Amino acid sequence: MELLSGGEMLIRALHDEGVELLFGYPGGAALHIYDAIFNQDKVEHILVRHEQAATHAADGYARATGRPGVVLVTSGPGATNAITGIATAFMDSIPMVVISGQVDSSLIGSDAFQETDMVGISRPIVKHSFMVQSAEDIPIIVKKAFYIATTGRPGPVVIDVPKDVTDPARKFEYRYPESVKMRSYSVPSKGHTGQIRKAVEILLSAKRPVIYAGGGVIQGNASDLLTRMARILGYPVTNTLMGLGAFPAPDKQFVGMLGMHGTYEANMAMHGSDVVLGIGVRFDDRVTNAVSKFCPGAKILHVDIDPASISKTVSADVPIVGSVTSVLEEMIELIRQSETQIDKKSLDMWWQQIEGWRAKDCLKVTDAGNDVIKPQQAVQAVYEATKGEAYVSSDVGQHQMFAAQYYHFNKPRRWINSGGLGTMGFGFPAAMGVQLAFPDAISVCITGEGSIQMCIQELATCLQYGLPVKIVCLNNQSLGMVKQWQDMQYGGRYSHSTYAESLPDFVKLVEAYGHVGIRVTKLSELSQKMEEAFALKNRLVFVDVYVDPSEHVYPMAIKGGSMKDMYLSKTERT
Amino acid sequence: MRHIISILLENEPGALSRVVGLFSQRHYNIESLTVAPTEDRTLSRLTITTIGDDRKIEQITKHLNKLIDVVKLVDLTEGAHIERELMLVKVKAAGAQRAEIKRTTDIFRGQIVDVTSTVYSIQLTGTSDKLDSFLDAIGNSSVLEVARTGVTGISRGEKVLSL
Ligand SMILES: Cc1ncc(C[n+]2csc(CCOP(=O)(O)OP(=O)(O)O)c2C)c(N)n1
Ligand SMILES: [Mg+2]
Repeated sequence: MELLSGGEMLIRALHDEGVELLFGYPGGAALHIYDAIFNQDKVEHILVRHEQAATHAADGYARATGRPGVVLVTSGPGATNAITGIATAFMDSIPMVVISGQVDSSLIGSDAFQETDMVGISRPIVKHSFMVQSAEDIPIIVKKAFYIATTGRPGPVVIDVPKDVTDPARKFEYRYPESVKMRSYSVPSKGHTGQIRKAVEILLSAKRPVIYAGGGVIQGNASDLLTRMARILGYPVTNTLMGLGAFPAPDKQFVGMLGMHGTYEANMAMHGSDVVLGIGVRFDDRVTNAVSKFCPGAKILHVDIDPASISKTVSADVPIVGSVTSVLEEMIELIRQSETQIDKKSLDMWWQQIEGWRAKDCLKVTDAGNDVIKPQQAVQAVYEATKGEAYVSSDVGQHQMFAAQYYHFNKPRRWINSGGLGTMGFGFPAAMGVQLAFPDAISVCITGEGSIQMCIQELATCLQYGLPVKIVCLNNQSLGMVKQWQDMQYGGRYSHSTYAESLPDFVKLVEAYGHVGIRVTKLSELSQKMEEAFALKNRLVFVDVYVDPSEHVYPMAIKGGSMKDMYLSKTERT
Repeated sequence: MRHIISILLENEPGALSRVVGLFSQRHYNIESLTVAPTEDRTLSRLTITTIGDDRKIEQITKHLNKLIDVVKLVDLTEGAHIERELMLVKVKAAGAQRAEIKRTTDIFRGQIVDVTSTVYSIQLTGTSDKLDSFLDAIGNSSVLEVARTGVTGISRGEKVLSL
């Protein structure tokens, strides 16, 4: 058997776990580990410029590939800088393993230099965490960490590693376990067949059904099954912000995203439905609006792998705990076998009603005039320039909602956004992670001039590794989403949401980092400049698009109302 | 309603803080908490009393079950069960009070475990209600100090909480 130090074991275990890439930033407590990285060439390390970016990049990599993202940071500030990204991954159930250096075991608890209680600080935002007590435990801990991070409802796992445990002078026998079993952790797989049968009967007897599918369908790799089932049934499908791409957006059966900035037709259909089948969703408050007024006439069928997601906010009439793939497979089979016929007449009437709502064309864009670019038009231009084939990450704000509404995702894992935590600064590093996973794909980050400044330092990482990420900045010279709320709820008092006079010259900025910058200020030049940007296949290009700063995102749910209560424009509401 | 949740927990560092953290993080309340290793040294048994409607208790048990260190749990209040709490209480006992307190202690089947010329220390076990009643009977003005362990419990009959 081979003798390895703790630091070497850690890196070897990552390799044995199939890890190709890890994102990190060195520091004192992690230096033994970094030396172990230097002495091998199996696991590639990407040096970011801020630990927050390491976690977001690993997260983007995980969302795009379905494989866990891996992060390595040092103790103290390295660990705390990673927290935002861990919380982001936790909220969206993204598989991630974060290894943090820690001070020597003998110093823990003494307020040593760069000591912080990482296990304690991260506890509410991890699926699980480990503190390594001795080097011999490293292989089994790594095995368990990946097992926990990637199975069931995925999530981030932290491994905190005291420096002495990685001491290169102390070597141990290394063997990587082939499998792991934990008495206290079991993964739900198949749903309860009786419940599934009940759900299928209710679904087939529905007169006004809606299929409401979310991020769980993407995480569970069940998009094909969902699409197949939806086509057999012929029912309308809506996706959550996290679920975009789970069902192909260009499909006639797709009624758009639902929720706070969902389409008129999706929200009206939800409200008017008699059966809602929720799959891989959690009835988030950004979807339901006031829970007491949610879908008043509907029976709720709820499929999720996490029992705690079921009946948390909205009570399910038929709860089904199981992996979305196995449950959908079983549902399709039972639909085929069932003697219950779909009530075609009611379904036709339901579709007519939905088409009526759709005819309102709630996402129609009208020119602002004067050659001014509307933010929606910038997203449309990205969609056209990339032929709908890009991986699109976003930050948080109006631009995020415009991206969700106007980039029509027809495949899963193409839409990379921080839905649960809403983390500004996520988009750009996430796009780097995507680009590293798929070097030949188009990885574009649709961002705002506010958000991009929260992780702008990663321009240097992109130069170092030659990552040709495209950044499209919908520059409205303000924290647009904040400003929108201030317009709507605070009498237009823009408390700390504008800064037009102090914005950097983004073109010069990216040039200083060795990249290409393009500024677009006129609608008449938009599509041509966008094509130009995407034609530069091997360069990072920052497209700074000056957009109409007065634009709001619509539809928008009216707080405290039901799903049918929406503002449709500055002057119109339902 | 008040519930008594008994948990078998991996006897690992930090496991207890995950349970306690869950309660504060999700705004669940802990009325009492007891914890000690079991006959199997790799497991601790933890008993929590908490208050909430059915929906809340369902969420609490679901989230507890999601904690990786939680091996098994049972809501004892769902069935017939035995609940016990131990209390040590120090009371003023001078002159005529002494006999009265001794009598009350006997009625509640407590024991006087330490005596000075002015103070009795009394040990009492039973349900939390019983301990409350004892304190009421003694009267607030006599009570100098109270130390209660919190509730522990076990289900009646053949049902066991074990691996
Ligand atoms: C880290 C962080 N801080 C604050 C917020 C609150 N917030 C949400 S949207 C927004 C404005 C974002 O501005 P910008 O990136 O320019 O996007 P825009 O809305 O203008 O498109 C803010 C401050 C957040 N989501 N994340
Ligand atoms: Mg902005």
